[in-house]
Amino acid sequence: MGIFMSRLFSSLFGGREVRILILGLDNAGKTTILYRLQNESDEAIQTIPTIGFNVETLQYKNIKFQVWDLGGQTSIRPYWRCYYPNTDAIIFVVDSADTERLAVARQELTAMLQEEELSSSILLVFANKQDQKGALNAQQISEGLGLPEVRGRQWSIQETSALKGKGLFEGFDWLVTCIKGAQEG
Amino acid sequence: MSQSEEPLTTAGLMREITVLKEKFKGEDEETYSPYADLEKATVLQECRIFHDSKAVRESPRKCCTTITKLLYIVAQGESLTSAELIDVFFGVTKLFQSKDASLRRMVYLFIKEVAESCDRGDVIIVTQSLTKDMNSDTDLYRSNAIRVLARIVDAGMLGAIERYIKQAIVDRHPLVSSSALISASHFFESSPESANIVRRWLNEAQTALQSPHEMVQYHALSLLYQIKKHDRLGVSKLVTQLSKNGSLKSPLATISLIRYTSKLMHDEARENSGVSDGSSELARAGYSFLEGSLRHRNEMVIYEAARAICNLPGVEPQDLAPGVTVLQLFLSSPRPTVRYAAMKTLSEVAMLAPMAVVKCNEDIEVLISDTNRSIATLAITTLLKTGSESSVDRLMKQISSFMNDIQDEFKIIIVKAVKDLVMKYPGKQRILIGFLSNILREEGGFEFKKSIVNAIMFLMDAIPETKENGLIQLCEFIEDSDFTALSTIILHMIGNLGPDTPNPARYIRFIYNRVILENSQVRAAAVTALAKFGAKVPSLRESILTLLQRSLADEDDEVRDRSNIAVDVLKRAIAENDYSALDENGDPAPDVPTSSDSAAFLLLEPLPMSFSQLERSLKQYSNAPGALESAEPLSFNTLPVVEEVVEVAPVQDSNGSSNIMGASSPLASSAAAPPAADPAADIYAIPELAHLGRVFRSSPPVEQTESETEYVVKCIKHIFNEHVVLQFKVQNTVDSQRLDNVTMALEGESEILTVSGEIACESIPYGETGSCFTVLDRDVSVGIAPSAFTCELHFTAVGVDPMSGEEEGDSYEEEYAVEDLEIATSDFIAKVNLGNFRNSWEQMGNECEVLEKFALSFKSTEEAVENVINYFGMSACDGTATVKNPSKPHMLHLSGVFVGSKPVMVRAQVGKTADGVVLKVAVRSEDADVSRQVADCIR
Repeated sequence: MGIFMSRLFSSLFGGREVRILILGLDNAGKTTILYRLQNESDEAIQTIPTIGFNVETLQYKNIKFQVWDLGGQTSIRPYWRCYYPNTDAIIFVVDSADTERLAVARQELTAMLQEEELSSSILLVFANKQDQKGALNAQQISEGLGLPEVRGRQWSIQETSALKGKGLFEGFDWLVTCIKGAQEG
Repeated sequence: MSQSEEPLTTAGLMREITVLKEKFKGEDEETYSPYADLEKATVLQECRIFHDSKAVRESPRKCCTTITKLLYIVAQGESLTSAELIDVFFGVTKLFQSKDASLRRMVYLFIKEVAESCDRGDVIIVTQSLTKDMNSDTDLYRSNAIRVLARIVDAGMLGAIERYIKQAIVDRHPLVSSSALISASHFFESSPESANIVRRWLNEAQTALQSPHEMVQYHALSLLYQIKKHDRLGVSKLVTQLSKNGSLKSPLATISLIRYTSKLMHDEARENSGVSDGSSELARAGYSFLEGSLRHRNEMVIYEAARAICNLPGVEPQDLAPGVTVLQLFLSSPRPTVRYAAMKTLSEVAMLAPMAVVKCNEDIEVLISDTNRSIATLAITTLLKTGSESSVDRLMKQISSFMNDIQDEFKIIIVKAVKDLVMKYPGKQRILIGFLSNILREEGGFEFKKSIVNAIMFLMDAIPETKENGLIQLCEFIEDSDFTALSTIILHMIGNLGPDTPNPARYIRFIYNRVILENSQVRAAAVTALAKFGAKVPSLRESILTLLQRSLADEDDEVRDRSNIAVDVLKRAIAENDYSALDENGDPAPDVPTSSDSAAFLLLEPLPMSFSQLERSLKQYSNAPGALESAEPLSFNTLPVVEEVVEVAPVQDSNGSSNIMGASSPLASSAAAPPAADPAADIYAIPELAHLGRVFRSSPPVEQTESETEYVVKCIKHIFNEHVVLQFKVQNTVDSQRLDNVTMALEGESEILTVSGEIACESIPYGETGSCFTVLDRDVSVGIAPSAFTCELHFTAVGVDPMSGEEEGDSYEEEYAVEDLEIATSDFIAKVNLGNFRNSWEQMGNECEVLEKFALSFKSTEEAVENVINYFGMSACDGTATVKNPSKPHMLHLSGVFVGSKPVMVRAQVGKTADGVVLKVAVRSEDADVSRQVADCIR
């Protein structure tokens, strides 16, 4: 029955995968989030700085997601734009404890949101590393990034801790709701 | 018609169709290629599919085809603009989302192909994905990802992924292991930093060497050798160990081992200066390994071992024999490659040790009729070397029938071999020259004909008996030669040699025919040849004059000019010394020009220097300040001497014996043509130095620093009649400095030279070279003796900003010591070839001769000769710079011009003794002091 339902579901959505980009400054926790989402295990994997990108497919609530995790180092950021087209959702990951570079993160985000190719993508911000001392909360991050000024785009912010596996699926639930809403409407 | 006899049935119809299909099948297949006529724009359009993740997921096949098309058009020479390339490249990176194995393979292939043309920064975007694949569970992903990584990763990144590659080298899957080893080789070559990292993988490579898989073994051995290449002891250990325990299964690895072994043996032999008595342990062990490899089960290994044995330095006949025996067996192999390889090696052996190959002669003769023409040509040329005098006639008959079916390039090889044969058996010259003349008359291209003409001319020069026969053959050849260049060369030759033959008149007809029938260039050459006959043979003068007068109205200027001169000179000569066949006593008069004959002098004497030398000399003359206003009449004696262009000394192992690695070329001589510019031009450009007059000679630059120091200093010594000007060329390689007011301070005791002035270099910015000069006065009242000076560079170092070049920071006085400078007697001698050494030597006479005898501590005659030439700084004549037979005493002829335009000549005999070299020199010049000073050049 479950199989039947999922088939029905996929036929309803034309078997389309939802394309997601995970972006953010280096050392924000993007790769850890990706593999945390994929494996759903309790162990967080060891990662090294991503030189390039990771791409994985994962299934959540009967929707197939194709998730691109792009490296956040300064040298790689210029190449993000090459992967913008056909993006349904952006997950922007922020290191909540790295208050010093919040301004840099804001710059990158603002520049990105002005891109024509991303004009119809929804935005989910992960205020990551909540397990760390001195981490800012969602409200503070939201203001730091200037999210309240965002116009004409569905967005949400979620406090997460990729290491502990907290908050990630809550964020995804929001994504699923938005996407289903968009498809039904 | 056949089908009308058959009833019309379906079966019959089908048969018909099949027959028709068969008929047209060939045509269809020929013209059809799925990738023909691909348009770049269309393919780029198709590449958009990469961005559509649904299409990528559902039809990976289609993506594969598109990449294939892309690679196809790129391979066809279509070039993508950098914008197009970036677009396509990032499109392809998106294909990493697919898990399809064949698509992934195409992605690897694409990245590998375009990695070099893409921006390095762009390419690193795939690093993460490749690193991940490198640790994948799929063997194919692992091996290919490593290979692609090797193309894009630099030393910094290599350190980060080192762990994975080391792991891959010892991977149990042969494909992965081989890929990792090959990538390691690639890294090792890519940069010194990467090479340092690869050096740390020795243990892994050693482990891979033990792999049961042949390919892995081979690649592991290559990598090990690559790493240890410059460590003689290391290589030696590796080779000895492997050749002893016979652990190598792979034939390819065994072949490499054979090559390394023979390289070691060659290196050792070279260090012992060419004398390999086979007694060293390495030589013995090496030989026994090579000999053992002759019994390997793999043909390729056997051949490699035989070749190595045949190429061993100083190999003894009994050691050579097993190798030759094996090659002899290969001669009758059914496979052309094997036959060719064996034949090629035997022909090389035949060049050095023909007797060793004689026993193969029968098998080689069979190969003359081999269908492969390369093999047949090699067989013939080898036989020409190994055959005995008695077999020459038979061989020539065989060759004549064979010549018609081979290409010109092979014919040229045979011509050369026949030429060598005449030198070996002069008794057979008639039949051999006959053969050459026969093929000269056959069809053939210019290069082929030229090689024959050159061979005949060479033989006429080397073996006097062939002269007349050869001349007649050449005369007949020009009767119907289409090659202007060859005709003019031959006419020149006839003009030089013909008059001295017993019957000079017989050549006149051949030459005059050219005057009537040929194009202007040949006509001009013919006129000159006729004039030479007239000059040299007084009895023919009247007749030749008549012939020459007909060319006075030639339509070509050059022909007319030449005939005018000749006619005029001959007329005058006839008027001065009329020739009569009988002298006063009624005996036949000698048919040679008298010593005062103006025609003989004008038409026959060559210029004292070559045209190119004359040209350079005149240029130098006109460059010198004030030369053109000088009242002194211009004559050969007042022209500046022009030195021979110093040729790069041939590398020691020019006999090619070191060429064991197959493709390894002997040190590529980077001797680009030296600029013909006059080095003295720098001097003439400085008005303060104008009063010194003309530079007598300029030395080649002497390096006074290592080439990688902060300031690179080279010194050029300009010799004047009474002065020496030292030009110091200083290069500034410090990017944060400018050098101001640069001078060179000289200190030293010299009997003949005193510093009289200097010219500073105002300023030398970073990366530039400037010159400062020091003028030395020479005391001409005493003889020249060697002087040495210590040198110190003085300058003001001015700090500059490397970016803007503007002054910044302090400036301070600085002194920088460079190497001492020697001014030897040889610096005062110009290397000038005096032409005919023997004649000049006799003319000079022994009034001012100085004889000396020295014992020198050189190991070989070659070394001694090379150094003696350098000591004197003179030009070696008559090709005596190369030692032909090191066991005999060597005669060296040197000539030069001493400062003050005094010709000097040296005859030196170099003889090898037990503990060194004995040198006897005789120096001749017109001045006893000069002779003495030159003799003192030997230290």
